[in-house]
Amino acid sequence: MSWLSQVGTVTATAVRTIPQRRGASLAAVAGIAGVVAVLVAVLSISAGFQRALQQTGSPENALVMRSGSASEMMSVMLGDTVEIIAQAPGIAQGALAPGEPLAPLMSAELFVVIDVPKKSTGTPANVPLRGVQPAAFATRPDLTITSGRKFEWGKNEIIVGEGAVKSFRGLELGSRHKWGQNEWTVVGTFTADGDVWESEIWTDARVLQPAYRRGNSFQTVIARLNSPEAFDTFKDALTKDPRLDVQVQRETEYFANQGQTLVAIIRSLGFVLAILMGIGAVFGAINTMYSAVAARTREIGTLRALGFGRSVAVISVLAESMLLATVGGIIGAVLAWVFLDGYRTSTLNFDTFSQVTFAFDVTPSLLVQGTVFSMLLGLAGGLFPAIRAARLPVTAALREA
Amino acid sequence: MKFWPLLWSSLKRRKARTIFTFLSIVVAFVLFAYLGAVRVAFSAGVDVAGADRLWTTHKTSIIQPLPAAYQDQIARVPGVIMVTHASWFGGIYQDAKQGFQQVFQAPVDPEAYLTLFPEFRIPDDQKRAWIADREGVLVGEVTAKRYNWKIGDRVPIQGTFYRKKDNSTLWEFNVRGIYTGGKGVDTSQFLFHYEYFDEARQYGQGTVGWYMARIDDPKKSTETSKAIDSLFENSPAETKTVTEKMLAKSFADQIGDIGTIIQWVLAAVFFTLLLVTGNAIAQSVRERTNELAVLKTVGFSDATTLGLVLTESGLLALAGGGLGLALGSMAVGAGDPTGGFLPVFYLPTKDLVRGVFFVFLLGVVAGILPAVQAMRLRIVDALRRG
Repeated sequence: MSWLSQVGTVTATAVRTIPQRRGASLAAVAGIAGVVAVLVAVLSISAGFQRALQQTGSPENALVMRSGSASEMMSVMLGDTVEIIAQAPGIAQGALAPGEPLAPLMSAELFVVIDVPKKSTGTPANVPLRGVQPAAFATRPDLTITSGRKFEWGKNEIIVGEGAVKSFRGLELGSRHKWGQNEWTVVGTFTADGDVWESEIWTDARVLQPAYRRGNSFQTVIARLNSPEAFDTFKDALTKDPRLDVQVQRETEYFANQGQTLVAIIRSLGFVLAILMGIGAVFGAINTMYSAVAARTREIGTLRALGFGRSVAVISVLAESMLLATVGGIIGAVLAWVFLDGYRTSTLNFDTFSQVTFAFDVTPSLLVQGTVFSMLLGLAGGLFPAIRAARLPVTAALREA
Repeated sequence: MKFWPLLWSSLKRRKARTIFTFLSIVVAFVLFAYLGAVRVAFSAGVDVAGADRLWTTHKTSIIQPLPAAYQDQIARVPGVIMVTHASWFGGIYQDAKQGFQQVFQAPVDPEAYLTLFPEFRIPDDQKRAWIADREGVLVGEVTAKRYNWKIGDRVPIQGTFYRKKDNSTLWEFNVRGIYTGGKGVDTSQFLFHYEYFDEARQYGQGTVGWYMARIDDPKKSTETSKAIDSLFENSPAETKTVTEKMLAKSFADQIGDIGTIIQWVLAAVFFTLLLVTGNAIAQSVRERTNELAVLKTVGFSDATTLGLVLTESGLLALAGGGLGLALGSMAVGAGDPTGGFLPVFYLPTKDLVRGVFFVFLLGVVAGILPAVQAMRLRIVDALRRG
């Protein structure tokens, strides 16, 4: 009999006898399932959060902020700066409404936050409130009004992203809000293909300026370029202009770098967790496999007496351990996927000090990572017991039990 | 302890299993310690918030400034003992990757701030030096350690929002004091002189970020809050006053589900580990059925057998859990695993007590079923089974 078929036969015997060792095997499977479910769950939070931020933005858009600004929230830009930026080469021209003359497709914006109670807790949260100019919609083609209509320019009207409507209280279509000295009416809701704008409230920048006492100042300029390649020309023109003191980034690049703080927190906590849990699960698996080897002592002894090799015993124990672990891993990953994938929540993006709503994202790669992790646990858990199985003296093994 | 040799030999019976069961209990309780610390970190100081402190912010959002002139008006509200202010600064040290932006940096009125927060411990000479130096800064020990700052260092900070009148973004401060604090006190703050800041900044003069007041009677916090807010009703900058606890809670809620979920998963893992180890302990007793029968044959009473088995599982739980809690509190004490993003990171005594409770629970629950089985064992059956 070839070595491979020996291994196959013995492993099959081992697997068939698992039901006789139900309790210990179940405990190992449950332990590893728990570990993998937790690992996948934690990583899916950061995956979902990052996805919301990283998919936001278009390569054709450039974001201009005052130099030194770490986020939109911290930038300040005066009205005359905005006028100079409008003259820069590379900005696409377009008509903002049918029949209107061509104008540069750029929007000078304000980005502030407003206290709105969170639905889940009732406590106030920093919901982003963005003041925009007419070209804002041309620069974000993903944005679609889902109910109501766009706000009218010059009026105290707002539109609210669907993510914000779901997460925060009282932002439904038609609701009115007294914020500061103004009363605002929600006239529409919108989606943006999962981009972070769905967490925001939008209104006319010119209406927001006096409400937040910003005079004729803005915070950022978002500009649609003729093509992604026009970025360097545009950037050089602005950064070399002695009248300006600005930094220029691709919009995609800006959002990809947002949220690093939170992602770092989740990642590093997840890492510590995975290590500790992994160690715990390996100990559990080792125990299970030792008792499996103990229970199979007679069987292994018989096989060895019949001429099966030591390595066959080793492989069969390892295979059983990895099988149990993999089953546990798959159960855990699937549990995480079933219960958590798509779960919507909102959190504070430390970098902009404002709320971002996002959905947990159990990606296929996380499922694979979880399962691979469980196999490693299985391997580690089976190693010592496998060595013991190999070392069992045939005679003693046969005598035992 | 005449049964000690007996207990010892039954623990030694399957050495490997005993060791690994012991180690997984250790890991479970290390995890438990982390659970407590993470909960505290995400609750952003709710537990240690001063009951007698109120925070007054702009009604629409904390990012909106308030006039500096409000201070005197708030000070005159009945029930208010003292009031001071702080503002958000948000500068960058070296580059954004250093994470300094997440450190609470604020221009404050030095003496008043220290009076309001007596939990900040600072040597007297350092306190005087900080107050005397306009460009001085008081740094919490966590932050000082993180960036390796010593007393006397000149620290360059890049303003992200605030610039100086000459349009430069560079703000330099002299480290004059390093403060410490008890459990739960945020020792990461970076505090400098409001006077220096307000004079040097390009815009925003005469405004502050928010006010903090001490009141004489925490039971009257609602009335006092209302009295403060009614002062500024219908003004261009209306206010919202809440207790420090409320503010901390709403900040924790802003981070939201993530903290809750991390706690849930930690708890789930902890209990899974308990289940697995409990099962291992139970199994080791079940395997020894006929040995127990032999004990009974030679005259051990039912109660003694029960006690023996329970003591065995209890010993394992106690040793493993005790070591786990000890290691866990040490690991937590060594600082938060995110490298400074969670400034308040410690294991509350309450959780430590809870941990001890779980240690005993594990010992009893894991041992009780097999112990009862052992007690009820009929000698004849047990011996025949072997």
